[in-house]
Amino acid sequence: MLKEKKSKTGVFIALVCVAVLLAVAIILENTLDPTKNTIFFTVLKKTAVYALVACSMNLLNGFTGLFSLGQAGFMLLGAYTYAILTIPVAQRPAVYYIYNGSAINFSLPELFGGGAVGLILGVLAALILAGVVAAAVAWLIGLPVLRLKSDYLAIATLGFAEIIRAIFQWDALGPVTNGANALKNYPTFSSFNIKGADGAVTVRLSIFVAFLLSAVCIAIILLLINSSYGRAFKAIREDEVAAEAMGINLAKHKRLSFCISSFFAGVGGGLFAMFANQAQAKTFTTAMTYEILLIVVIGGIGSISGSCIAAFLYVACSEWWLRFLDNEITLKSGFKVPLLRNGFRMVVFSIVIMIVVLFFRRGIMGDKELPDLFRKRKNTKAKGGEGNG
Amino acid sequence: MAENVLRMEDVTMQFGGVVAVDGLSLEVDQGEIVALIGPNGAGKTTAFNCVTGVYEPTNGRVSLLGETIVENHPQGKMKAQYKGGEAGKFTQVVSHTPDQITQKGIARTFQNIRLFGALTVFDNVLIAKHMRAKQNFLSATFRLNAKEEKRMREEAMALLAEQDLAQYADEVASSLPYGLQRRLEIARALATEPKLLLLDEPAAGMNPQETQELTDFIKQIRTEYGLTIFMIEHHMDLVMQISDRIYVLDFGKLIAKGTPAEVQNDQRVIEAYLGVADDAEN
Repeated sequence: MLKEKKSKTGVFIALVCVAVLLAVAIILENTLDPTKNTIFFTVLKKTAVYALVACSMNLLNGFTGLFSLGQAGFMLLGAYTYAILTIPVAQRPAVYYIYNGSAINFSLPELFGGGAVGLILGVLAALILAGVVAAAVAWLIGLPVLRLKSDYLAIATLGFAEIIRAIFQWDALGPVTNGANALKNYPTFSSFNIKGADGAVTVRLSIFVAFLLSAVCIAIILLLINSSYGRAFKAIREDEVAAEAMGINLAKHKRLSFCISSFFAGVGGGLFAMFANQAQAKTFTTAMTYEILLIVVIGGIGSISGSCIAAFLYVACSEWWLRFLDNEITLKSGFKVPLLRNGFRMVVFSIVIMIVVLFFRRGIMGDKELPDLFRKRKNTKAKGGEGNG
Repeated sequence: MAENVLRMEDVTMQFGGVVAVDGLSLEVDQGEIVALIGPNGAGKTTAFNCVTGVYEPTNGRVSLLGETIVENHPQGKMKAQYKGGEAGKFTQVVSHTPDQITQKGIARTFQNIRLFGALTVFDNVLIAKHMRAKQNFLSATFRLNAKEEKRMREEAMALLAEQDLAQYADEVASSLPYGLQRRLEIARALATEPKLLLLDEPAAGMNPQETQELTDFIKQIRTEYGLTIFMIEHHMDLVMQISDRIYVLDFGKLIAKGTPAEVQNDQRVIEAYLGVADDAEN
């Protein structure tokens, strides 16, 4: 009974933290100069997207113990589903100019009546459908693939992601997927900025929307993990034979975990499309899966808050903090700093990651969540919620 | 005559050319403690695995409270290779996965402890409650099953209290001392609300005092939960003290059965355990 109360205060504090974070996001975006802080805003939005995808991967890899590398494939499905369903009808001929227009001639935001309400409902519906498509495909490929274990499963899912990428670039599907060309002109995070009568932006909400959507999804993942099903997933991770002897249907629970993980990867893909302003199959490479895997490992396998924190650190490092390494710097004395040139950033980045993996093998958080840390140190009140939206 | 809880009929398990269990037939009645003993490699654990659905026996039938839960006969390639007896007696094929068998009311423990090591003692027991909870993943995620969840938690806590494990509830399972881990594994099996409990060498690696405690514990849970217990054990003190009946297996074949006193004096059992007199002379 004590446990339940503790977790209730934990939930309350986490909610407060997320609310504060969202408020900070709105304030930051509207007070900082958007032209000078573009990179910061980009990092925040990308963090929100990557945090969600990392959490979805963590659900599968960290909590169910299924080592899958198909995340980019499911993101691709989500991104395309979202983009195809939301490109305004008027824009379609321009986007699909190679194929003389799109085969699908409706747009969800317009179906919901257009305007602000139509935009919100349409985007939400498209994101949910993005997840549903990814989950449905996951269910199908899960039938054969989930019989495999560890490395074999990883290879099979990796192959799946590559195949999906190839299929979406297939010319014959052009009227739907626009072939190898990018899909664009659909609603993005910036579409949620509130504009005045003259068309100038009055309230910026793009980061807020990114954080909100991501936070809601991560909250659902957290709820699932802390539910009876989450415990069953953990049991499978700990010991499959024992889990089965305890009456847990392995096939059913693995499939469930795989589909839910893919659902959120699909939603994450939709968010990624919103973030990137265009959806193109060639961006969803294996390298993207590895980036996400890296975030999961750095954050701690089996820690949702770890994934969120690591998502921010990873995105900030790769996009922002280490940028200066790419530029040649000549000091006033005429001394040219050695090694600094285009591409050096990635060298340093790799070294940082190697150090992390060598010396912090369990990642930033191990399998603990933020509130656990405070609980141990202070022993009085659980504090802190999820790090980043 | 008490009701048969578990009945194995001519169960044969053949791996390739090796017959691990050969025509094993036995019964376990309501409320009994029955032991299966035998030298190393006699096929005891294989017999357990046939009952719990881990293996599908090559031939034979297993029934729980009159319901056939496992039945098989040699098929395909095995038809030509089959070396066991009673071929052709069974015609149906009934098979269940281990989780379905657990659902039907057979719980088990393992020879080498298989706890969910990184999880707490409380969670270990709570996970066993998952199977019988009325919920689906949506109701569980969105906390629409609060009543069910509360019931599960209360029952798990009550079970831990009954097994004197309540003070360890928040500890990580793998950090418990060995004896307590054994006890937790049994508690976890009890949480699945079984009719029949299978214990695979519950006293393995225990010192005499721990073994004595375990003996009392097994007797106690039998009366408290109205269980029927079928176990594999090597500790003869324990076996002789608590078993109502004993089956002895050697090289996959049943060589003796009866009360502890009968089995202790059976010439073939002594030979199986100590070797035949000829060997001793060499």
